[in-house]
Amino acid sequence: MGILEVKGVGKRFGGLQALGDVNLSIEENTVHAIIGPNGAGKSTLLNCLVGKLIPDEGSVTFAGTSVLGRKPHEINQLGISRVFQTPEIFGDLTVMENMMIPCFAKRDGAFRMHAIENMEQETGLIEKASTMLQDLGMYEKRDMIASSMSRGDKRRLEIAMCLVQEPKLLLLDEPTAGMARADTNNTIALLKQIKEERDITIAIIEHDMHVVFSLADRITVLAQGTPLVEDTPDNIKGHPKVKEAYLGETQQV
Amino acid sequence: METILLQLLNGLDKGSAYALIALGLTLIFGTLGVVNFAHGAIFMIGAFCAVTLSRLLNLSFETVDPEKLDFLGNPAKIKTPYVEAWFGHDFGHALIDWAVPLAILFSIPIMIAVGFIMERGLIKHFYKRPHADQILVTFGLAIVLQEVIKYFYGANPISTPAPDAFKGSFDFGAMLGFDPNVIIYPYWRLVYFLFAAVVIGAVFSFLRFTTFGMVVRAGMADRETVGLLGINIDRRFTIMFGLAAAVAGSAGVMYAPILSPNYHMGMDFLVLCFVVVVVGGMGSLPGAVAAGFLLGILESFSSMNAVKSILPGIDQIIIYVVAIIILLTRPRGLMGKKGVMED
Amino acid sequence: MLGKKILGLNKKDTRFLLIVIALTLLTPVLLQPFAEGSELAQFNGGYPDLMQKIAIFGIFAVGFNILFGLTGYLSFGHAAFLGVGSYAAVWMMKLLTMNVIPAILLAMVVSGLFAAAIGFVSLRRSGIYFSILTLAFAQMSYKMAYSVLTPLTNGETGLQLSLDDPRVLDRAIEGSSLPVTNIFGLAMNASHKVEVLGRVFTFNVGYYFCAVIAVIAFYVAIRLFRSPFGMMLRAVKSNQQRMTYTGLDPKPYTLAAFVISGMYAGLAGGLLAAMDPLAGADRMLWTASGEVVIMTILGGAGTLMGPVLGAGVIKYLENIFSKINESVLHSWFHWLPDGIEDVVIWVFARFTGEGWHLTLGVTFMLVVTFLPGGLVEGLKRLSKRIREGKTKRDKYDGSDPEHHPAPTKRVAGE
Repeated sequence: MGILEVKGVGKRFGGLQALGDVNLSIEENTVHAIIGPNGAGKSTLLNCLVGKLIPDEGSVTFAGTSVLGRKPHEINQLGISRVFQTPEIFGDLTVMENMMIPCFAKRDGAFRMHAIENMEQETGLIEKASTMLQDLGMYEKRDMIASSMSRGDKRRLEIAMCLVQEPKLLLLDEPTAGMARADTNNTIALLKQIKEERDITIAIIEHDMHVVFSLADRITVLAQGTPLVEDTPDNIKGHPKVKEAYLGETQQV
Repeated sequence: METILLQLLNGLDKGSAYALIALGLTLIFGTLGVVNFAHGAIFMIGAFCAVTLSRLLNLSFETVDPEKLDFLGNPAKIKTPYVEAWFGHDFGHALIDWAVPLAILFSIPIMIAVGFIMERGLIKHFYKRPHADQILVTFGLAIVLQEVIKYFYGANPISTPAPDAFKGSFDFGAMLGFDPNVIIYPYWRLVYFLFAAVVIGAVFSFLRFTTFGMVVRAGMADRETVGLLGINIDRRFTIMFGLAAAVAGSAGVMYAPILSPNYHMGMDFLVLCFVVVVVGGMGSLPGAVAAGFLLGILESFSSMNAVKSILPGIDQIIIYVVAIIILLTRPRGLMGKKGVMED
Repeated sequence: MLGKKILGLNKKDTRFLLIVIALTLLTPVLLQPFAEGSELAQFNGGYPDLMQKIAIFGIFAVGFNILFGLTGYLSFGHAAFLGVGSYAAVWMMKLLTMNVIPAILLAMVVSGLFAAAIGFVSLRRSGIYFSILTLAFAQMSYKMAYSVLTPLTNGETGLQLSLDDPRVLDRAIEGSSLPVTNIFGLAMNASHKVEVLGRVFTFNVGYYFCAVIAVIAFYVAIRLFRSPFGMMLRAVKSNQQRMTYTGLDPKPYTLAAFVISGMYAGLAGGLLAAMDPLAGADRMLWTASGEVVIMTILGGAGTLMGPVLGAGVIKYLENIFSKINESVLHSWFHWLPDGIEDVVIWVFARFTGEGWHLTLGVTFMLVVTFLPGGLVEGLKRLSKRIREGKTKRDKYDGSDPEHHPAPTKRVAGE
């Protein structure tokens, strides 16, 4: 029994079957990658996991609880944090404030009317946020306005914001999309470091094979809305069905 | 049946005005992505174009008629408008009589110029600014325009009559075979409705059947892509702004006989027309027209005594109530498209 | 020390608050710099009516800024809460007592409830839709105050005190004339005049009452800005998507901000009634909502000082500009040659007296266009320029927008 269980999930958009009979089980403390050609339904699947879309059929359970019908913030409170394709951070706030917000969310839940308390008194949370920034090598940038940082730093900050919540599951949506090779390698190194240092389950959606093969413990290949195969990276590399899915697409182009 | 038809008719002229203003508003929303709080002021300026032309045509010189005496026993002074002296009495008199319709010709170039100046001089600089800034700067502009008009024309409404031919009412019910004297409808209101129908038809066919309109419609759907095609969309949008101004302006001209122009009429109509645009769906032209008529007619129905006795005061707030219900149940309005003005 | 222990503010904010307190206490002196009877005496603003308005609209704008400045939700219907507050306060004075304390408490409670209802519905939409929903609600309230709700609002005449009001608590001591508003017996309109060096300073109970409340309201706003809650509100403005995916629900945060700012508006409305016990529907008109927007933007949205500054500047200019007529202008420009004098007077007359709204509109356009951060940002830029001029630093420093992004959205004093 994995920490995230997806059973028989299907989703239609009008006449288009975006997902059909998706079964997926993500084991605790592993890195599980979901790959597939463009239009395979990777993003749709991800959106079903975080509450942005509700599947037409099937079930999604996280640590024994169904996530279907829950709002994104409720799903996050269950312990799933999401990193976006383009870094989603609080651009107008400082790096430190960006870190404090998930700390509050973790401690106080979805809403708390702490209007009279002073930020400076939250020493526990400040320390927690500082430690995380130090771990990811961003402590010196804590007073910068987040939007003024480089793209790589924004990605790093976003990951830090997710990690500081100590999520049980970290979802990464093409974390290296649009990045230069150097930034990509940095991000891979960062994720490897996270994987080694923490008890965390990571699900990663990616079409960059380099990223996938250097990180994943298990890989699910998605094509035309259904999982094709699921196996270890070594076995996936030479799998004929995978080649077909990718090559098939190339031929069409 | 008769009362219902009567209220339907009564709603038409107001609905026409709402539709015409909302049409321009939504054109500007859709093409330029700008929330224009000064659009009501354009409607008002249109109405004052009618006032101005009527005053110009009425400019008179005085002659003394020695044979007639006024009540003080002095020789009576007779005012003769210049146009009557220049073009002969009959033609001159007709010109004065037809001042309001004539003012459309007079107002169109003015309104287009106003639109161009507004767009090039001010609004152009706000395309990339937040909507809040656009609202605020055009709100400031609306105050300025309103105050300028107030300075030149004073604070009181100025009555501007329709041509004699359209004064008075006719028994519309009797024409349709209902009992006489139940559905009495003023001629000018009918004229206004027909005028609105023609203008709306013209705008739609312009957008439907000309290349220019095609580009603009494409631009409303996806501005960036059209820009990438190498089409100078900005210049076309400037022209669109002028067109929207001309539509609102001529709506104002023709409305002058129905509501005596005053300096704050623009603001009064603007709030309602925003509601109309939102109800119709931001950026949807048919939506704006449909919602304009719908709300105009609803307003007229809710002012029936039968309705008011059940829900007192409903005629004052019906438009807002409808708007709130629609916005909450259909977030994009009646015919709104996805992705317009959604940040 | 004082700041940290008692007020819960850091050093900088404590100093800031102390300066604000000093300025409000000294307003009757500061706004009266010119000797009585001198040419410039018409620029004196130290009379109770104006000072009360500045304090009251300062509260209104500070409250509006909690919503608009922090969350970015632009309400175009905030005057409705001001109006509701006024009505509630006058009713309290009609039914219970002329003491203003219960009146303004009721004003805050009623407007808070009203804001909760309107906010609950309006906040289901954002952006321009939110603005139009609030506008629609405010217009609706305005129209209803004139029609259906006449028993509560007294329609076009406005709600006033009358001698047959019950006024349960005051019944025994009431005379045959209309009572005045007071605080535990001290009349709001009581004033003490002091003449120093030809200047007449008026110390008015009503003003000081408003000033104390304004300072408290301002202090609460500082606390709110510096609190985790304030940070969450800025997060709403910055990125709602990230907020929901961080496990936070933006709805209750924005609704709380909306209700708080509605209560500030209600407080301001209650104070208006406390100074002059009548309430009319025109206080709810959407142009009145526009006015508070103007004040906030002019001063600087999202900053602490901005709204107060904006309210002060606008109310002062409104009063002074409205008083300037052609004969005043003539006395200023009589030294000019005749022809030029006429032209100058004509131009100035358009912007003064009746033309005050024109000035307001023009100022507003200029500020939004050239100084989106408002006066606070203008002052910052100015002081920066002065400092840079002194030290003759590299002239490119600080003028590069890429590396100094969006200073306007930050909180002043940080």
